[in-house]
Amino acid sequence: MTPQLNEIWVYLSASPLLGLTITLLAYQAAFWLYRRSGLNPLVNPVLVAVTILVLLLTLTGTSYETYFAGAQFVHFLLGPATVALAIPLYMQLRRVRSMLLPVAAGLLAGSLTAALSAIAIAKLFGASLPTQLSLAPKSVTTPIAMGIAERIGGIPSLTAVLVIVTGIFGAVSGRYVLDAIKVRDPAIRGFAIGVAAHGIGTARAFQVSEQAGAFAALAMGLNGALTALLLPLLIGWMR
Amino acid sequence: MLSALTQLLVFQLVGEVVARGLKLPVPGPVLGMLFLFIALALRGGPGHELQTTSQNLLQHLSLLFVPAGTGIMIHLHRVADEWLPLLLSLLISTIATIVVTALVMKLCVRGEAASGNAQGDAP
Repeated sequence: MTPQLNEIWVYLSASPLLGLTITLLAYQAAFWLYRRSGLNPLVNPVLVAVTILVLLLTLTGTSYETYFAGAQFVHFLLGPATVALAIPLYMQLRRVRSMLLPVAAGLLAGSLTAALSAIAIAKLFGASLPTQLSLAPKSVTTPIAMGIAERIGGIPSLTAVLVIVTGIFGAVSGRYVLDAIKVRDPAIRGFAIGVAAHGIGTARAFQVSEQAGAFAALAMGLNGALTALLLPLLIGWMR
Repeated sequence: MLSALTQLLVFQLVGEVVARGLKLPVPGPVLGMLFLFIALALRGGPGHELQTTSQNLLQHLSLLFVPAGTGIMIHLHRVADEWLPLLLSLLISTIATIVVTALVMKLCVRGEAASGNAQGDAP
Protein backbone atom coordinates (compact mmCIF):
# COMPACT_ATOMS: atom_id res chain seq x y z
CA MET A 1 0.00 0.00 0.00
CA THR A 2 1.12 3.56 -0.68
CA PRO A 3 1.75 5.64 2.48
CA GLN A 4 -1.36 7.69 1.83
CA LEU A 5 -3.64 4.66 1.44
CA ASN A 6 -2.04 3.18 4.51
CA GLU A 7 -2.89 6.29 6.48
CA ILE A 8 -6.53 6.11 5.40
CA TRP A 9 -6.66 2.41 6.35
CA VAL A 10 -5.20 3.09 9.79
CA TYR A 11 -7.83 5.75 10.37
CA LEU A 12 -10.76 3.68 9.06
CA SER A 13 -9.81 0.46 10.82
CA ALA A 14 -9.89 2.25 14.17
CA SER A 15 -13.25 3.97 13.55
CA PRO A 16 -16.66 2.38 14.24
CA LEU A 17 -17.82 3.49 10.78
CA LEU A 18 -16.10 0.60 9.03
CA GLY A 19 -17.45 -2.18 11.28
CA LEU A 20 -20.98 -0.81 10.96
CA THR A 21 -20.80 -0.31 7.20
CA ILE A 22 -19.37 -3.73 6.37
CA THR A 23 -22.04 -5.38 8.56
CA LEU A 24 -24.77 -3.68 6.55
CA LEU A 25 -23.06 -4.34 3.21
CA ALA A 26 -22.44 -8.02 4.01
CA TYR A 27 -26.05 -8.43 5.12
CA GLN A 28 -27.44 -6.72 2.03
CA ALA A 29 -25.31 -8.92 -0.21
CA ALA A 30 -26.48 -11.99 1.76
CA PHE A 31 -30.11 -10.89 1.58
CA TRP A 32 -29.85 -10.27 -2.15
CA LEU A 33 -28.59 -13.83 -2.62
CA TYR A 34 -31.37 -15.15 -0.35
CA ARG A 35 -34.02 -13.35 -2.46
CA ARG A 36 -32.43 -14.55 -5.70
CA SER A 37 -32.63 -18.11 -4.38
CA GLY A 38 -36.40 -17.70 -3.85
CA LEU A 39 -36.00 -17.54 -0.03
CA ASN A 40 -34.33 -20.95 0.00
CA PRO A 41 -33.65 -21.74 3.68
CA LEU A 42 -30.23 -23.15 2.74
CA VAL A 43 -29.10 -19.65 1.66
CA ASN A 44 -29.70 -18.29 5.17
CA PRO A 45 -28.80 -14.57 5.25
CA VAL A 46 -27.20 -14.73 8.74
CA LEU A 47 -25.00 -17.64 7.68
CA VAL A 48 -23.90 -15.96 4.45
CA ALA A 49 -23.29 -12.55 6.08
CA VAL A 50 -21.28 -14.06 8.95
CA THR A 51 -19.17 -16.07 6.50
CA ILE A 52 -18.42 -12.96 4.43
CA LEU A 53 -17.48 -10.98 7.55
CA VAL A 54 -15.27 -13.64 9.14
CA LEU A 55 -13.38 -14.03 5.85
CA LEU A 56 -13.04 -10.26 5.44
CA LEU A 57 -11.83 -9.67 9.02
CA THR A 58 -9.41 -12.60 8.91
CA LEU A 59 -7.95 -11.53 5.56
CA THR A 60 -7.43 -7.93 6.71
CA GLY A 61 -6.11 -9.01 10.14
CA THR A 62 -8.85 -7.03 11.95
CA SER A 63 -9.73 -8.14 15.49
CA TYR A 64 -13.29 -8.95 16.53
CA GLU A 65 -13.13 -6.22 19.22
CA THR A 66 -12.31 -3.57 16.61
CA TYR A 67 -15.09 -4.83 14.36
CA PHE A 68 -17.60 -4.96 17.22
CA ALA A 69 -16.92 -1.33 18.18
CA GLY A 70 -18.87 -0.50 15.00
CA ALA A 71 -21.18 -3.51 14.80
CA GLN A 72 -22.48 -2.92 18.33
CA PHE A 73 -24.91 -0.33 16.96
CA VAL A 74 -26.66 -3.09 15.01
CA HIS A 75 -26.35 -5.51 17.94
CA PHE A 76 -28.02 -2.95 20.22
CA LEU A 77 -31.21 -3.01 18.13
CA LEU A 78 -31.85 -6.59 19.30
CA GLY A 79 -33.34 -5.08 22.49
CA PRO A 80 -36.03 -2.87 20.89
CA ALA A 81 -36.67 -5.57 18.26
CA THR A 82 -37.41 -8.08 21.03
CA VAL A 83 -39.86 -5.62 22.58
CA ALA A 84 -41.46 -5.09 19.14
CA LEU A 85 -42.29 -8.81 18.94
CA ALA A 86 -45.23 -8.03 21.25
CA ILE A 87 -47.07 -6.52 18.26
CA PRO A 88 -47.32 -9.58 15.95
CA LEU A 89 -48.03 -11.59 19.08
CA TYR A 90 -50.94 -9.32 19.95
CA MET A 91 -52.29 -9.62 16.40
CA GLN A 92 -52.49 -13.40 16.84
CA LEU A 93 -54.00 -13.22 20.32
CA ARG A 94 -57.23 -14.98 19.34
CA ARG A 95 -55.40 -17.90 17.75
CA VAL A 96 -53.01 -18.16 20.72
CA ARG A 97 -55.95 -18.19 23.12
CA SER A 98 -57.56 -21.09 21.29
CA MET A 99 -54.32 -23.10 21.56
CA LEU A 100 -53.33 -22.64 25.20
CA LEU A 101 -52.98 -26.34 26.04
CA PRO A 102 -50.96 -27.31 22.93
CA VAL A 103 -48.75 -24.25 23.47
CA ALA A 104 -48.05 -25.11 27.12
CA ALA A 105 -47.42 -28.81 26.45
CA GLY A 106 -45.26 -28.16 23.37
CA LEU A 107 -43.26 -25.54 25.24
CA LEU A 108 -42.46 -27.77 28.21
CA ALA A 109 -41.58 -30.80 26.06
CA GLY A 110 -39.53 -28.75 23.59
CA SER A 111 -37.69 -26.74 26.21
CA LEU A 112 -36.56 -29.85 28.12
CA THR A 113 -35.60 -31.65 24.91
CA ALA A 114 -33.52 -28.70 23.73
CA ALA A 115 -31.43 -28.42 26.90
CA LEU A 116 -31.14 -32.05 28.01
CA SER A 117 -30.47 -33.63 24.62
CA ALA A 118 -27.77 -31.02 23.90
CA ILE A 119 -25.95 -31.87 27.14
CA ALA A 120 -26.41 -35.65 26.73
CA ILE A 121 -25.13 -35.78 23.14
CA ALA A 122 -22.16 -33.52 23.88
CA LYS A 123 -21.26 -35.68 26.88
CA LEU A 124 -21.65 -38.88 24.87
CA PHE A 125 -19.16 -37.64 22.26
CA GLY A 126 -16.64 -36.45 24.84
CA ALA A 127 -17.10 -32.67 25.05
CA SER A 128 -15.55 -30.98 28.09
CA LEU A 129 -17.87 -29.90 30.93
CA PRO A 130 -17.67 -26.14 30.18
CA THR A 131 -18.56 -26.91 26.55
CA GLN A 132 -21.53 -29.08 27.62
CA LEU A 133 -22.79 -26.33 29.91
CA SER A 134 -22.28 -23.69 27.21
CA LEU A 135 -24.43 -25.82 24.89
CA ALA A 136 -27.33 -26.29 27.32
CA PRO A 137 -29.08 -22.93 26.65
CA LYS A 138 -28.38 -23.06 22.87
CA SER A 139 -32.06 -22.80 21.83
CA VAL A 140 -32.68 -19.66 23.87
CA THR A 141 -32.38 -16.14 22.49
CA THR A 142 -28.84 -14.68 22.82
CA PRO A 143 -29.13 -12.30 25.82
CA ILE A 144 -31.01 -14.86 27.98
CA ALA A 145 -28.71 -17.71 26.91
CA MET A 146 -25.59 -15.77 27.89
CA GLY A 147 -27.05 -15.02 31.31
CA ILE A 148 -27.95 -18.69 31.84
CA ALA A 149 -24.49 -19.89 30.72
CA GLU A 150 -22.89 -17.59 33.24
CA ARG A 151 -25.06 -18.94 36.05
CA ILE A 152 -24.53 -22.63 35.33
CA GLY A 153 -20.79 -22.49 34.65
CA GLY A 154 -20.62 -22.30 30.87
CA ILE A 155 -18.70 -19.75 28.75
CA PRO A 156 -21.10 -16.89 27.85
CA SER A 157 -19.33 -15.75 24.68
CA LEU A 158 -19.11 -19.35 23.40
CA THR A 159 -22.82 -19.75 24.19
CA ALA A 160 -23.58 -16.65 22.10
CA VAL A 161 -21.93 -18.29 19.10
CA LEU A 162 -23.60 -21.68 19.67
CA VAL A 163 -26.96 -19.93 19.96
CA ILE A 164 -26.44 -18.29 16.57
CA VAL A 165 -25.32 -21.55 14.94
CA THR A 166 -28.37 -23.32 16.43
CA GLY A 167 -30.63 -20.58 15.12
CA ILE A 168 -29.16 -20.79 11.63
CA PHE A 169 -29.42 -24.58 11.62
CA GLY A 170 -33.00 -24.53 12.89
CA ALA A 171 -33.97 -21.91 10.29
CA VAL A 172 -32.28 -23.91 7.53
CA SER A 173 -33.61 -27.37 8.45
CA GLY A 174 -37.00 -26.49 9.98
CA ARG A 175 -38.98 -26.64 6.75
CA TYR A 176 -37.63 -30.06 5.77
CA VAL A 177 -38.01 -31.56 9.27
CA LEU A 178 -41.61 -30.30 9.62
CA ASP A 179 -42.51 -31.46 6.11
CA ALA A 180 -41.05 -34.90 6.91
CA ILE A 181 -43.25 -35.32 10.00
CA LYS A 182 -46.25 -33.88 8.09
CA VAL A 183 -46.99 -30.93 10.37
CA ARG A 184 -48.78 -28.31 8.23
CA ASP A 185 -50.46 -25.90 10.67
CA PRO A 186 -48.45 -22.65 10.39
CA ALA A 187 -49.03 -21.95 14.09
CA ILE A 188 -47.44 -25.26 15.14
CA ARG A 189 -44.65 -24.94 12.56
CA GLY A 190 -43.79 -21.45 13.78
CA PHE A 191 -43.96 -22.42 17.44
CA ALA A 192 -41.69 -25.47 17.00
CA ILE A 193 -39.10 -23.38 15.13
CA GLY A 194 -39.30 -20.64 17.76
CA VAL A 195 -38.66 -23.10 20.61
CA ALA A 196 -35.72 -24.74 18.81
CA ALA A 197 -34.21 -21.78 16.97
CA HIS A 198 -35.22 -18.57 18.87
CA GLY A 199 -34.91 -15.25 16.99
CA ILE A 200 -33.22 -16.53 13.85
CA GLY A 201 -35.93 -19.16 13.48
CA THR A 202 -38.48 -16.42 14.17
CA ALA A 203 -36.96 -14.20 11.47
CA ARG A 204 -37.25 -17.08 8.99
CA ALA A 205 -40.83 -17.84 10.12
CA PHE A 206 -41.88 -14.20 9.52
CA GLN A 207 -40.53 -14.44 5.98
CA VAL A 208 -42.83 -17.44 5.41
CA SER A 209 -46.03 -16.21 7.10
CA GLU A 210 -47.24 -13.65 9.64
CA GLN A 211 -48.94 -16.34 11.71
CA ALA A 212 -45.92 -18.64 11.82
CA GLY A 213 -43.79 -15.62 12.78
CA ALA A 214 -46.09 -14.60 15.63
CA PHE A 215 -46.11 -18.12 17.06
CA ALA A 216 -42.33 -18.34 16.71
CA ALA A 217 -41.99 -15.05 18.61
CA LEU A 218 -44.30 -16.38 21.32
CA ALA A 219 -42.26 -19.59 21.56
CA MET A 220 -39.01 -17.66 21.72
CA GLY A 221 -40.21 -15.47 24.60
CA LEU A 222 -41.76 -18.34 26.57
CA ASN A 223 -38.82 -20.68 26.03
CA GLY A 224 -36.39 -17.98 27.11
CA ALA A 225 -38.29 -17.41 30.35
CA LEU A 226 -38.88 -21.12 31.07
CA THR A 227 -35.26 -22.15 30.39
CA ALA A 228 -33.96 -19.31 32.54
CA LEU A 229 -36.07 -20.61 35.42
CA LEU A 230 -35.67 -24.39 34.89
CA LEU A 231 -32.13 -24.94 33.67
CA PRO A 232 -30.21 -23.66 36.74
CA LEU A 233 -32.43 -25.91 38.91
CA LEU A 234 -31.95 -28.95 36.66
CA ILE A 235 -28.18 -28.50 36.51
CA GLY A 236 -28.16 -28.13 40.31
CA TRP A 237 -29.96 -31.48 40.69
CA MET A 238 -27.70 -33.29 38.24
CA ARG A 239 -24.54 -32.31 40.11
CA MET B 1 -41.00 6.43 13.44
CA LEU B 2 -39.29 8.44 16.16
CA SER B 3 -42.16 8.17 18.64
CA ALA B 4 -42.53 4.44 17.93
CA LEU B 5 -38.82 3.84 18.48
CA THR B 6 -39.01 5.85 21.69
CA GLN B 7 -41.93 3.72 22.91
CA LEU B 8 -40.00 0.52 22.23
CA LEU B 9 -36.95 1.84 24.11
CA VAL B 10 -39.10 3.01 27.04
CA PHE B 11 -40.63 -0.47 27.36
CA GLN B 12 -37.16 -2.02 27.16
CA LEU B 13 -35.91 0.38 29.83
CA VAL B 14 -38.81 -0.42 32.17
CA GLY B 15 -38.16 -4.13 31.53
CA GLU B 16 -34.47 -3.71 32.40
CA VAL B 17 -35.25 -1.79 35.58
CA VAL B 18 -37.82 -4.35 36.78
CA ALA B 19 -35.59 -7.35 35.87
CA ARG B 20 -32.62 -5.91 37.73
CA GLY B 21 -34.63 -4.43 40.58
CA LEU B 22 -36.37 -7.73 41.33
CA LYS B 23 -33.28 -9.83 40.35
CA LEU B 24 -35.37 -11.84 37.87
CA PRO B 25 -33.52 -14.37 35.65
CA VAL B 26 -35.43 -13.05 32.60
CA PRO B 27 -33.67 -10.31 30.56
CA GLY B 28 -35.07 -6.79 30.32
CA PRO B 29 -36.13 -6.86 26.64
CA VAL B 30 -38.23 -10.00 27.19
CA LEU B 31 -40.01 -8.34 30.12
CA GLY B 32 -40.36 -5.23 27.94
CA MET B 33 -42.10 -7.41 25.33
CA LEU B 34 -44.46 -8.70 28.02
CA PHE B 35 -45.25 -5.16 29.25
CA LEU B 36 -45.88 -3.88 25.72
CA PHE B 37 -48.14 -6.88 25.11
CA ILE B 38 -50.16 -6.02 28.24
CA ALA B 39 -50.30 -2.36 27.18
CA LEU B 40 -51.58 -3.37 23.72
CA ALA B 41 -54.24 -5.59 25.28
CA LEU B 42 -55.40 -2.73 27.55
CA ARG B 43 -55.27 -0.16 24.75
CA GLY B 44 -56.90 -2.40 22.14
CA GLY B 45 -54.02 -2.65 19.66
CA PRO B 46 -51.00 -0.72 18.40
CA GLY B 47 -51.24 2.64 16.66
CA HIS B 48 -50.43 2.83 12.96
CA GLU B 49 -46.95 4.25 13.54
CA LEU B 50 -45.91 1.66 16.11
CA GLN B 51 -47.15 -1.08 13.82
CA THR B 52 -45.26 0.06 10.71
CA THR B 53 -42.04 0.80 12.61
CA SER B 54 -42.10 -2.62 14.28
CA GLN B 55 -42.82 -4.29 10.96
CA ASN B 56 -39.78 -2.58 9.44
CA LEU B 57 -37.58 -3.55 12.37
CA LEU B 58 -38.75 -7.18 12.41
CA GLN B 59 -38.47 -7.57 8.65
CA HIS B 60 -34.71 -7.50 9.06
CA LEU B 61 -34.48 -9.27 12.40
CA SER B 62 -31.82 -11.57 10.90
CA LEU B 63 -29.45 -8.63 10.42
CA LEU B 64 -29.38 -8.02 14.17
CA PHE B 65 -27.79 -11.44 14.81
CA VAL B 66 -24.89 -10.89 12.45
CA PRO B 67 -22.51 -9.06 14.87
CA ALA B 68 -22.89 -11.76 17.59
CA GLY B 69 -22.56 -14.53 14.99
CA THR B 70 -19.31 -13.06 13.68
CA GLY B 71 -18.00 -13.67 17.23
CA ILE B 72 -17.41 -17.27 16.14
CA MET B 73 -13.98 -16.06 14.98
CA ILE B 74 -12.73 -15.69 18.57
CA HIS B 75 -13.83 -19.24 19.44
CA LEU B 76 -12.41 -20.97 16.37
CA HIS B 77 -9.82 -22.69 18.57
CA ARG B 78 -12.29 -24.39 20.93
CA VAL B 79 -14.64 -25.10 18.07
CA ALA B 80 -11.78 -26.78 16.18
CA ASP B 81 -10.85 -28.89 19.24
CA GLU B 82 -14.37 -30.08 19.99
CA TRP B 83 -16.03 -29.78 16.60
CA LEU B 84 -17.51 -33.29 16.51
CA PRO B 85 -19.46 -33.24 19.83
CA LEU B 86 -20.46 -29.61 19.17
CA LEU B 87 -21.72 -30.33 15.68
CA LEU B 88 -23.57 -33.55 16.58
CA SER B 89 -25.11 -31.98 19.68
CA LEU B 90 -26.33 -28.90 17.77
CA LEU B 91 -27.67 -30.86 14.80
CA ILE B 92 -29.40 -33.72 16.61
CA SER B 93 -30.70 -31.66 19.52
CA THR B 94 -32.15 -28.94 17.24
CA ILE B 95 -33.97 -31.47 15.04
CA ALA B 96 -35.18 -33.38 18.13
CA THR B 97 -36.53 -30.15 19.64
CA ILE B 98 -38.46 -29.23 16.47
CA VAL B 99 -39.89 -32.77 16.17
CA VAL B 100 -40.84 -33.16 19.85
CA THR B 101 -42.44 -29.69 20.08
CA ALA B 102 -44.41 -30.05 16.85
CA LEU B 103 -45.64 -33.59 17.55
CA VAL B 104 -46.68 -32.84 21.15
CA MET B 105 -48.67 -29.81 19.91
CA LYS B 106 -50.24 -31.78 17.07
CA LEU B 107 -51.31 -34.52 19.49
CA CYS B 108 -52.83 -31.95 21.87
CA VAL B 109 -54.72 -30.19 19.07
CA ARG B 110 -56.03 -33.52 17.84
CA GLY B 111 -56.94 -34.56 21.40
CA GLU B 112 -58.82 -31.31 21.97
CA ALA B 113 -60.63 -31.65 18.64
CA ALA B 114 -61.57 -35.24 19.45
CA SER B 115 -62.99 -34.38 22.89
CA GLY B 116 -64.72 -31.37 21.33
CA ASN B 117 -66.38 -33.66 18.76
CA ALA B 118 -67.36 -36.16 21.44
CA GLN B 119 -69.12 -33.38 23.35
CA GLY B 120 -70.71 -32.20 20.16
CA ASP B 121 -72.01 -35.69 19.43
CA ALA B 122 -73.62 -36.03 22.85
CA PRO B 123 -77.30 -35.09 22.91
